[in-house]
Amino acid sequence: MYEGAIQDLIDELGRLPGIGPKSAQRIAFHIIQSERVDVARLVDVLRTVKERVKFCTVCGNITEEELCKICRDPRRDNTMICVVEESKDVLAIEKTREFRGKYHVLGGAISPIDGIGPENLRIRELMVRLAATEIQEIIIATDPNLEGEATATYLARLIKPLEIKISRLASGLPVGGDLEYADEVTLGRAFEGRRTLEG
Amino acid sequence: MALYRDQAIVLRTQKLGEADRIITLFTRDHGRLRAVAKGVRRTKSRFGARLEPTSYVDLQLYTGKTFDIVTQAESIENFGDSLSNDYQNWTIASAILEAAERFTAQEHEPALQQYLLVVGALKALAHNTYDSSLILDAYLLRSLSVAGYAPSLTNCSRCDKPGPHKYFSLVGGGSVCVDCKPSAAATPLVETLQLMSDLQTGDWEGAIQSELRNRREASGLIAAYLQWHLERGLRSLPLVERI
Ligand SMILES: [Zn+2]
Repeated sequence: MYEGAIQDLIDELGRLPGIGPKSAQRIAFHIIQSERVDVARLVDVLRTVKERVKFCTVCGNITEEELCKICRDPRRDNTMICVVEESKDVLAIEKTREFRGKYHVLGGAISPIDGIGPENLRIRELMVRLAATEIQEIIIATDPNLEGEATATYLARLIKPLEIKISRLASGLPVGGDLEYADEVTLGRAFEGRRTLEG
Repeated sequence: MALYRDQAIVLRTQKLGEADRIITLFTRDHGRLRAVAKGVRRTKSRFGARLEPTSYVDLQLYTGKTFDIVTQAESIENFGDSLSNDYQNWTIASAILEAAERFTAQEHEPALQQYLLVVGALKALAHNTYDSSLILDAYLLRSLSVAGYAPSLTNCSRCDKPGPHKYFSLVGGGSVCVDCKPSAAATPLVETLQLMSDLQTGDWEGAIQSELRNRREASGLIAAYLQWHLERGLRSLPLVERI
């Protein structure tokens, strides 16, 4: 344990996602040894980002306006919504250029063990959107892990009575990998989601 | 570095750095411990889905300074698919994992009986052997017993006077006779106490004949009793779906 300000900094950094105690200490000492002007710039961008960036009132994506860029775009297909856990997933899917509909960002996955239930995510907002607009298809693109699966299961059960087409992003073998290294769950999913070859 | 092998249930995972995870394991021979799985979040990871909560795995690890490191993971049985495809079962599995973590106070302390209870409960849940809610309550009662907190369900927990008794007290350790009862005590139905006793002793034939109102009352008593013995309640328990 260090004293005073330095320990406060290490504690704060240690609260950031993915930063363990050792990394927190390393970053703290880096900051101490940095030029005053560099640190001032960091403080500045932190403050600005917190002041300016907010969540799109429709889809929950990050934006500096009332509506995000995708929700404002009139060329996007209003009949499809892709449901993701985080804003960074929107970015990842946008890079594929495969999807021209709109998004809904949940803000995480259902995780009872962490005390996160359906009420803590933007699920109610999704249901309001589904009731009010001309949505015909929902694509659930939560993470391909068990929490993501369980969240998809919950959403599917909730949306089913609305008679909207609902699909889950296929999961299967990673491109560039060897079949023998695939675990049984991934391999099983790949069989389920196999597609016809046009030979 | 010391290599060792063990079987384990994955209780919880946390992100670490760019692509790693800290995996909280309940191992058969080494108790509860935390280990690092390197690169597990990359889609090309050789661990794949084997190190997710509820995973039942055969592991090879080596002893590290802060955390042990997972070097190999083979699936013994895959519970995850069937648990995550049923939302109620997922919430119940989460409560079982969280309880298991709390019932093993010390890391690296073997707790074979608790371990076997977790494996058994997840297996029953994944195979839909019994009603899911009953599986959870049986698991909670039996792990409370293994932890030394078994509530008395027939005789008075204070004076051992043969029961069944009318009163049930959290503070008093379960069933209490009219002379021993503290000022505040619940008065559960006698069939509810019978159900709890069946669950505690593993008498499933008796337990599955219980009625819904007794199951509900038992769930409430067990949750309250658990909360009383753990310093803080389970976060997942209020999120469990009961039918
Ligand atoms: Zn938006």
